[in-house]
Amino acid sequence: MSQARILMHTVADAASHTDNHAAESAVERQLSLAERLWGNGAVRKTLLILVLALLWQVYATILDNALLFPTLTDTLTTMMERIEDGTLPARALTSVKVLLMGYVAGILLAAALTMVAINTQVGTDFLETMTAMFNPLPAIALLPLALIWFGLGNGSLVFVLIHSVLWAVALNTHSGFLGVSRTLRMVGRNYGLKGFRYVAMILIPAAFPSILTGLKIGWAFAWRTLIAAELVFGVSSGQGGLGWFIFENRNLLDIPAVFAGLLTVIIIGLIVENLVFRTIERRTLQRWGVHN
Amino acid sequence: MSTLLDVSAVTLRYKTPSSLVTATERVSFSVNSSDRFVLLGPSGCGKSTLLKAVGGYHKPSEGSIRIKGREVTEPGADRMMVFQEFDQLLPWKTVLENVMFPLCVARNMSKAEARERARAYLDKVRLTKFIDSYTHTLSGGMKQRVAIARGMAMEPDILLMDEPFAALDALTRRQMQDELLQLWEGTRFTVMFVTHSIAEAIKIGNRILLLSPHPGRVKAEVSDVDQVSATDGSAAQLERQIHDLLFAEPGHRE
Repeated sequence: MSQARILMHTVADAASHTDNHAAESAVERQLSLAERLWGNGAVRKTLLILVLALLWQVYATILDNALLFPTLTDTLTTMMERIEDGTLPARALTSVKVLLMGYVAGILLAAALTMVAINTQVGTDFLETMTAMFNPLPAIALLPLALIWFGLGNGSLVFVLIHSVLWAVALNTHSGFLGVSRTLRMVGRNYGLKGFRYVAMILIPAAFPSILTGLKIGWAFAWRTLIAAELVFGVSSGQGGLGWFIFENRNLLDIPAVFAGLLTVIIIGLIVENLVFRTIERRTLQRWGVHN
Repeated sequence: MSTLLDVSAVTLRYKTPSSLVTATERVSFSVNSSDRFVLLGPSGCGKSTLLKAVGGYHKPSEGSIRIKGREVTEPGADRMMVFQEFDQLLPWKTVLENVMFPLCVARNMSKAEARERARAYLDKVRLTKFIDSYTHTLSGGMKQRVAIARGMAMEPDILLMDEPFAALDALTRRQMQDELLQLWEGTRFTVMFVTHSIAEAIKIGNRILLLSPHPGRVKAEVSDVDQVSATDGSAAQLERQIHDLLFAEPGHRE
């Protein structure tokens, strides 16, 4: 009689085998402290920044010309002084307030535009044409016109901010909606979801990677546009923001203060990028295992 | 044995950019309660399109689809779908939330009620340990089990399964077929199942509708499929018969 044979390997055999060679065949090994530190991106980047800061200090000390390139310590001292006397925080607050106004208004407009675009063909065509036209146009180029329309003040700033946020967010949100898989759409409709509930419960979370990208790009555009716009004017809109702070101190030839202003711009940008957006990303995209 | 789903003389057409394609032509059949009704045929016979029409995603150009006497006009939670694609689960929800979500939005259940029901069905598909995991951490077979639990938890009139095991590896597929049958033994839900595997059709179904391709027409209906047995060779014999039926036609396209 022909039949296949099965030869059993018992697990006990394998176990006694590993006992003899426990050291070599361990499945996991703890990494050393140095290896773990080097594996941490934040540690590597902090080291890099420290090296750059050292280079700055050394170069500026050798150059010894505070009008061209102040030392890091001078910059930091000025920065501390300006923070203590309240000017820098007040300027930063002014900038951030205007920025948030423009950013939120831009997002709301983008949401409305995208809503129309996903529901109607004309809306889609409108969105595509408008983004194709206005996305390549730097927002700051509209500032002279905005000054005529809205005068020297927050109105003009908010107008150019909306322009810098709206198209980036609308474009990304719309392409995110279009990219939602057919299966997920069918699942949503299977649950009987329609209209606003369908958009809110299926499309927005499914398109969230693209939407978040749009929000990040919009934020970066808005921040740059604002600082650039404030360099042009600022004195009449109450106190003026960080851009005006930089411009003012250049006129006073207080170069360490100019550097302090630039550093503040960078720090606020980093905080928003690394704390706000990274946290949102960690809580959503990474947890869900989705990427854009 | 009452008629649950009645499909009569349904013709389905869809548009491609250049032409109007007829997917199925005057297809009629009816499904009874607790049937495991399998649509079987080669690619191009319109079996998936037919299932989606029952799901309410395609409107028939002719004929009508009625479930419990109601005309099917749009998708709805009385006909829960299980798709082939693994991305049918919502990645922003955990396993438990995925099963709870339709219970809350389509059945208007309270959170507590939905959670209890979802847990019970996830126990049935043996995913108790994974209820708080996000779906991307699951294997393909586990994702399909969640989708099945989600469909069953809704206790729909009919569960529509569109080649749910086609994207799984062969070993997992066999295991899933066995599990589906065990689940059916427990609750005797009505299921409509699309496949292109003859062996799977015989294993899963108690009735099989054979469709011929281009356009899809009913070729034959096999009933009492659950009477054949894999041990005495009758299943293998039926498999040969069905194979001959499907591929007897000269000049068929694969």
